Amino acid sequence: MALSIEDIKKIAHLARIEVSESEATATLSKLTGILGLIEQMQAVDTTGIVPMSHAQELHQRLRDDVVTKTNQREAFQKNAPMLGNGSTQPAVAGGLYLVPKVIE
Amino acid sequence: MINSSLKQLASMLQAKKISSVELTQSFLTRITQYNPSINAYIALDEAKTLAQAKAADARIAAGHATVLTGIPLAQKDIFCAQGWQTTCGSKMLANFIAPYDAHVITQFDQAGAVNLGKTNMDEFAMGSSNETSYFGGVKNPWSFDHVPGGSSGGSAAAVAARLCAAATGTDTGGSIRQPASLCGLTGLKPSYGVVSRYGMIAFASSLDQAGPMAKSAEDCALMMNVMAGFDERDSTSLQRDKEDYSRELNKPQTDQPLLGLKIGLPKEFFAEGLDASVAQVITVAIDVYKKLGAQIVDISLPNTGLSIPVYYVLAPAEASSNLSRYDGVRYGHRAAEYTDLNDMYNKSRAEGFGAEVKRRILIGTYVLSAGYYDAYYLKAQQIRRLIAQDFIEAFKQCDVIMGPAAPSTAFKAGEKVDDPVAMYLQDIYTISTNLAGLPGMSLPAGFAQAKDGPALPVGLQIIGNYFDEARMLNVAHQYQQVTDWHQQMPDLKRA
Repeated sequence: MALSIEDIKKIAHLARIEVSESEATATLSKLTGILGLIEQMQAVDTTGIVPMSHAQELHQRLRDDVVTKTNQREAFQKNAPMLGNGSTQPAVAGGLYLVPKVIE
Repeated sequence: MINSSLKQLASMLQAKKISSVELTQSFLTRITQYNPSINAYIALDEAKTLAQAKAADARIAAGHATVLTGIPLAQKDIFCAQGWQTTCGSKMLANFIAPYDAHVITQFDQAGAVNLGKTNMDEFAMGSSNETSYFGGVKNPWSFDHVPGGSSGGSAAAVAARLCAAATGTDTGGSIRQPASLCGLTGLKPSYGVVSRYGMIAFASSLDQAGPMAKSAEDCALMMNVMAGFDERDSTSLQRDKEDYSRELNKPQTDQPLLGLKIGLPKEFFAEGLDASVAQVITVAIDVYKKLGAQIVDISLPNTGLSIPVYYVLAPAEASSNLSRYDGVRYGHRAAEYTDLNDMYNKSRAEGFGAEVKRRILIGTYVLSAGYYDAYYLKAQQIRRLIAQDFIEAFKQCDVIMGPAAPSTAFKAGEKVDDPVAMYLQDIYTISTNLAGLPGMSLPAGFAQAKDGPALPVGLQIIGNYFDEARMLNVAHQYQQVTDWHQQMPDLKRA
């Protein structure tokens, strides 16, 4: 199936990656090539074949219902990005992460 | 000394002929001299490294040394190491200081090994040439015009240039074996689930597996003894008894140590697409195996060609999900200017990821999007089973499978950078083992003359049945007892 520039923009939106007009054009040609490669799969009859979702047939282990993690908030927050929009302060306050306001 | 095996280094350290500080310093001196041109390391921290060496010397003095105590290793920058810059080759994580250790790092720490630094890699392990790294490409130590392969290109170059005693890598579609092949090393991708993925930055979780990259099979076995083992923090870690991966290597030597071994040669690995000079080297290596007593069996892995299309559905699908965590909120790159939350995500991810990573996220998003799931993702999972079944059938006829690890020797930097599909075809002989979850390794088998350049290393691939690493390591080790390709060193002054 041939992709269009509009498809690229839609996928990029779903993936939350901003693309400019020129990037979308360049991406279209590269993705078209890759999807051409992927298209080879359609020639295979896979009727009745059970999908293989993992490299090993595994069953999820259950662990004991006890606390195993310790609070490392301060250590983790040292990696917080800068707030941005003119501020070079870390995007944290009172142990929380700062993001743009989403609820009025 | 820089060409010594891990066993030799261990005995020198334990006999106190050299201290770990001295040994570490000699590698650091080589790194200072050669890393600016090779670019194998992203992060170095001499103070941390030497502190570990000092602690190792104290441990040796106290008589509590293990084989790897005091030995300087390089760690792929995909492993979180507490207090170390851990970037995964990406601008997204350029300022990330890992707050905890990956399981593999913990294992090496407990063994008393010394961490020399974090090695360069393709961004988020997506690439076959190390050219997608935000921190620049890596030179192949055999020829600086050529790529070292990828994604574990920095680890491969560091081992080849003797800028470390051995290194770690990870392999999602060939990222240990292809660079090992292109740089003339021995590298092993274990069976899926043998080495914990805890603290290893995720690319495609059903395929990612860590393993050693070293000068010889013997060194790889010693590394595996430390790296492998059950870890409850990785839900896919397998609960198996601890293994000694060196056990087969130490058997008494005979003239035909591999008598009775059945080696399967898949016809698809020698078909069109394989460079004639590489095929020649592999044929000669197989002849060595015949002299060692092995028997050759012609086999077929009919779905080999489909492994690339299947992989480029499954790996991007998993990657698009795994990499959705990079949103600019809690860590990683956040755009300097943004209007609202969506704009912050869009810009942070657009700026933080490089072109190849974005391409794979977009492919993954597309194949998982509404209406396409059955045609792509489900179809790929079904063919994945056909590929795995090919191997199950093949192993009814043989003990190990051999062939080339890569279709050609190292290519020139820039040659495939604008053609993703040509780059993807580099992994034609390696990807199917990841899809099946099987162990695979590459070992140096000689050199082939490039069309317009120097003689470059060729890797022989060995694929084993599930959990057959110890036998594979011995099969490689016996070859290395009668050949010396693994001991060849590049001349860095002429590369």
